[in-house]
Amino acid sequence: MNNKEPHITVHDLTMAYGDFVLMRDLNFTVNRGDVFIVMGGSGCGKSTLMKIMVGLKSPATGKVLYQDTSFWETSPEEQERLMGNFGILYQSGALWSSMTLEENVSLPLEQYTDLNPSQIREVVSLKLSLVGLAGFEEFYPSEISGGMRKRAGLARAMALDPEILFFDEPSAGLDPISARLLDDLILELTASLGATVVVVTHELASIFAIGNNSIFLDVDKRTMTASGDPNKLLAESEDPTVRRFLTRGEEKEQAR
Amino acid sequence: MEEILKQADSGPPLQRIAFDTHDLGRWDSGLITFLIKVFHQFSHRQIDTNREGLPDGVRRLLDLAAAVPEKKDARKEALREPFLVQVGRASMDIARQTGALVTFLGESTIAFGKLFVGKAKFRRSDLWLTIQQCGVDALPIVTLISFLVGMILAFVGAVQLAMFGAQIFIANLVGIAMAREMAAIMTGIIMAGRTGAAFAAQIGTMQVNEEVDALITMGVSPMEFLVLPRMLALIVMMPLLCLYANLVGILGGFVVGTGMFDISFTQYMEQTRLALNLTHFGLGIFKSAVFGVLVAIAGCLRGMECGRSASAVGDAATSAVVTSIVLIVVVDGILAVITNIIGI
Repeated sequence: MNNKEPHITVHDLTMAYGDFVLMRDLNFTVNRGDVFIVMGGSGCGKSTLMKIMVGLKSPATGKVLYQDTSFWETSPEEQERLMGNFGILYQSGALWSSMTLEENVSLPLEQYTDLNPSQIREVVSLKLSLVGLAGFEEFYPSEISGGMRKRAGLARAMALDPEILFFDEPSAGLDPISARLLDDLILELTASLGATVVVVTHELASIFAIGNNSIFLDVDKRTMTASGDPNKLLAESEDPTVRRFLTRGEEKEQAR
Repeated sequence: MEEILKQADSGPPLQRIAFDTHDLGRWDSGLITFLIKVFHQFSHRQIDTNREGLPDGVRRLLDLAAAVPEKKDARKEALREPFLVQVGRASMDIARQTGALVTFLGESTIAFGKLFVGKAKFRRSDLWLTIQQCGVDALPIVTLISFLVGMILAFVGAVQLAMFGAQIFIANLVGIAMAREMAAIMTGIIMAGRTGAAFAAQIGTMQVNEEVDALITMGVSPMEFLVLPRMLALIVMMPLLCLYANLVGILGGFVVGTGMFDISFTQYMEQTRLALNLTHFGLGIFKSAVFGVLVAIAGCLRGMECGRSASAVGDAATSAVVTSIVLIVVVDGILAVITNIIGI
């Protein structure tokens, strides 16, 4: 595992809302090409960690390094350049509701590339067809289903062929089949793009299906209590909370 | 409950209680809450309770309710803070809000600066759509209100002026009042209720749906993309609406003057023309542009500050309207004093 090149390094990170410390002493490395899972119970700060990693919220202390650049200590121009390498799928899809799917996917292209309008249209069609939404270019987000919105969000996240993809609860609110299809799609697309992927989730099926590295955030201890391949954690971890989480609480039942 | 306790306390000391529920028909959560109270009281008195007589469902619900002990520090205490703490909090809140306003003004100034050098990133179609929403779409309500305000001014004035046989001066009253004050204030208030609230709700909903986050991480400034076109549209359209409101208001006064007080068409128009000059109009239009800025700032600021819940969007919209109207009235007062001092 460690023969790969580190892509994202989180160093001594503490995240807080005002005086309330959510998590402290987070240290982990995401290697290039990893599908890295951030897991933990509801309210443990998974999404906040993602916000800090993508530049939406500053950490209380600590660093987020992209290769050798510390995101929160570098210049705004460099931050913007780094953000151009991110693709983010938000929990709700977060499509811009006043724009069609085509406009949603083309905005990042207009922002960061020099492509002319017809080239942009071609790229947008390609991205939408990759997520199975060819022909829906003129639809508004309110006119399509929740699963389709997630896929459209994925198309937008991939618009710039990003180096790093962040997914916030990708399968939340989807039926099991759609969730599975989305997982497969994420794996397929990231493998072909060669991107590094960070997924925030608590869906066990997704965690075992797509993750090859992970950290576990313990809401009671307010820090990370495990890291590594989720399947290995299931087999080897001795932390009772991690085991309960990964076995959906079954081990606790047996202990009774 | 009290009766049971009285019985338990009055007789010989009880060792244990049991339940007979043979005649119990349907039951609901009321029974469970009652039993929890009973168990609580009896465990205080160190009397055993035998639950075997209770229906199976009741026993299971009781176990479930007691399965996870109450979290000690979770309950929110109804703390009454000392007066000084409340004053301190309120002052800090005002300081924070002022800071947010200043930051917002700074950021919007930078956005306008970028607009003038042609570097601002927003969609032209958004600008035209917003211009339509706060321009043409507002015409019916502006027409109705301005016409009625013109008529009301004429009525109120006419009753007094008729005492001296000076009804002809209705034209002066309506014309000057509309041009200097009423058109600008009424359009300002209409736009605060109509457009300011809409701005706050639109941007607030985008906050809730993480759409603003998505813009930021795409490297698009929400100040340029969302706030700039809205401010621009309102600043451009308010003076035009004000001019239109002038015309309709004067028309309202004219209808009353000619219809009820025997003033002829030419008389009324000539009198209005004599009463008004460009300064009156200019002042009103200047005020309306200022009010446009205030409504846009209040609407967009409250939208950007909006929390992440449905009720927060409602609060943002309400707060936008209240802030705009207060600002409009206060600024109008200040402008009235200034114009009085410099004599225009």
